[in-house]
Amino acid sequence: MGKTQIIWDMPITVEITEELKGDSSISPFDQIFAFFAHVDAVFNIFNDSSEMSRINRGKIQKEKGSREVKEVLALCEKTKRETGGYFDCERDGLIDPLGIVKGWAVKKAADRLVKQGYANFYIDAGGDIQIRGRNTDNKLWRVGIRNPFNRFETVKTLFLTNCGIATSGSYIRGNHIRNPFDPKKPVADVVSLTVVGPDICEADRFATAAFAMGKRGIYYIEKIPGLEGYAIDQKGVATYTSGFEQLIKQKPVDYMFADQNP
Amino acid sequence: MKQFVLSGIVIAAFILFSFYYRFSNRSQVTLINPPKNNLDSGAVPGSGTSPQARLPYKDGTFAGDIVDAFYGNIQVEVAMQNGRIVDVRFLQYPNDRPHSVMLNQYALPILKSEAIQVQSASVDIVSGATDSSKAFIQSLESALNKAKNQS
Repeated sequence: MGKTQIIWDMPITVEITEELKGDSSISPFDQIFAFFAHVDAVFNIFNDSSEMSRINRGKIQKEKGSREVKEVLALCEKTKRETGGYFDCERDGLIDPLGIVKGWAVKKAADRLVKQGYANFYIDAGGDIQIRGRNTDNKLWRVGIRNPFNRFETVKTLFLTNCGIATSGSYIRGNHIRNPFDPKKPVADVVSLTVVGPDICEADRFATAAFAMGKRGIYYIEKIPGLEGYAIDQKGVATYTSGFEQLIKQKPVDYMFADQNP
Repeated sequence: MKQFVLSGIVIAAFILFSFYYRFSNRSQVTLINPPKNNLDSGAVPGSGTSPQARLPYKDGTFAGDIVDAFYGNIQVEVAMQNGRIVDVRFLQYPNDRPHSVMLNQYALPILKSEAIQVQSASVDIVSGATDSSKAFIQSLESALNKAKNQS
């Protein structure tokens, strides 16, 4: 069964395709939604009372932040380093980790379900998805890549399990990702970049950075082991990584089983 | 037209060459390893060159100056043997600045492409760029505010 709630102005869906564990007093869905609400309360920079806002205003030192804030800021730093600066949470002296918080939170939420013994589910936060096990028909999850030119269509179907998939694009929020080395120029030549990785946190942070690189982004994804990508340009031409075709076959490809933690 | 293009290329090549020539004459070569075979002191073992012939270059390994190539610094090291270059190694090449990292990454395999096609198959989940209702609501609010009658 699945449930959806709007948190962070986007639909968050949790679907579990196995018997719910009867031993917990609150449903796993409510636990996950409560966790996302908590993450919002900590990281939302548009909320003046959030920890992140207080850090930005200098009320709290970065180093004295909560464990979660430190973890996310460390991940921001790591991603900035790994992507040659193409991913940068800092702009005009303010930290906005939202670009990394979403994938991070979905991963954390999925880890919670795994800890409770769930092996078949997905968590989708505005198109960034962590997938585990099988769907209701006990088959691989069928994941569509949205058509950037028509939001009611999909242009590719992937058959996935135990991985994360994230799409960065310029088609819904306008050109919301900018090249940090040329901030005035919105990224325009690629309109959608989907990345599949060992978990949603990896897929999401590299999708964001690679999208900011423009046409070169898909080559960047190609170079990183464990990541596959599908980029669509303005003319509707897609370019994909060499291992991507493995993901559109209907046979179980479980080579990405990277999150071994029980 | 062709002739103009051709002569243009020749002129450009000449200008480039003259710059290169000037630069290579200016750059100082520092000695890193002393030459193993001093030509003044005797014959070069295993070579057919006459020991009397004074070669224009010493044997050994020499590092060039660090030169700013606009996208980053370049420094090469040259290995000389019997007056000939036997190896050139890059001690530094542009890899620090984002733009040069970008340029270096162009050296990649050609990936497959296809025209996207709308799928008819049903799916469990859809991955797409993040949807936001906030922008819509804000826009609507501002439109409604503008539409308000000032009474």
